[in-house]
Amino acid sequence: MTKLLEWISVLSAFFAVWYSLVGGYVKHPMIEKNMMLILVSPIIFVILFGLYAVTVILYRVFTFNNCEEAAKELQEEIKEARRDLLDKGLKW
Amino acid sequence: MAATVSDSEITKSDKYSILLPTYNERENLPIIIWLIVKFLDSSGYDYEVIIIDDGSPDGTLDIAKQLQKIYGSGKIVLRPRDKKLGLGTAYIHGIKHATGNFIIIMDADLSHHPKFIPKFIELQREHDYDVVSGTRYKDGGGVHGWDFKRKLISRGANFVTQMLLRPGASDLTGSFRLYKKDVLQKLIDSCVSKGYVFQMEMIIRARQLDYTIGEVPITFVDRVYGESKLGGSEIIQFAKALLYLFATT
Repeated sequence: MTKLLEWISVLSAFFAVWYSLVGGYVKHPMIEKNMMLILVSPIIFVILFGLYAVTVILYRVFTFNNCEEAAKELQEEIKEARRDLLDKGLKW
Repeated sequence: MAATVSDSEITKSDKYSILLPTYNERENLPIIIWLIVKFLDSSGYDYEVIIIDDGSPDGTLDIAKQLQKIYGSGKIVLRPRDKKLGLGTAYIHGIKHATGNFIIIMDADLSHHPKFIPKFIELQREHDYDVVSGTRYKDGGGVHGWDFKRKLISRGANFVTQMLLRPGASDLTGSFRLYKKDVLQKLIDSCVSKGYVFQMEMIIRARQLDYTIGEVPITFVDRVYGESKLGGSEIIQFAKALLYLFATT
């Protein structure tokens, strides 16, 4: 199964449950009392997921390691390499 | 008396072919070669570097020839091509001439540091992985020289990709990797995309074909010489490849 099909099947399962509640196919006092919430629950879910995604991405951006040490070390190595290669007769 | 081959003798016969596709890298090539020799000679692994220059107008090939004289043609192998062809075909070209049973792919622009190669090899040996991928996104890894916007695009794209494709590897667009030779051949044969998204497809195909993937955190120091590119067209290419793989794998 492709990833696309996996997404479609999971989303349709959720939709089926949601639709059966909203469309009145399943009856229970609890459902009627919370109808408004059930109705907008997909939107709430999308908003919450969006917030989660933004938080995670920003957290990872700000904690992205800048590798200052590695950059400095490389600069040193470049100097050393140039000296050594010139000694070995490289014409650059 | 039957000769028994011990494990250490088997691993001793392992050879690592490092493929270095180059285009206008005359500044970087001597340094990357010097670093490879430094870190691999001290680790004791058997290796060769295959330089695949695509007819660079800046004379990269002349520099490569000089380096071959310095370090010997056993270690430095030149397999130039006349003109700039794709990255995928550069790898195929390189594999054809590789005498090792493992292939290491890296960029020649100094963003990939050869000091990580022995770590790739150790991890591969420990778990017998089919692929070992360098990752900028795990603890100990990172990137130097990226501004906020570049980091945001990178992290955002990575988040979406992880969610949609669940690839089992954290760095899809990185191209610092070690492959078993036959595995790399099969992956290249099964890849359809070109350009830099080719790297992403390789890892996705690896997952699809049930190959095992190990990861080593790497520090990525963005181009010391020359300019690094990430424009609108790269982003569109990436999005297209992502959707294609999402719908087909």
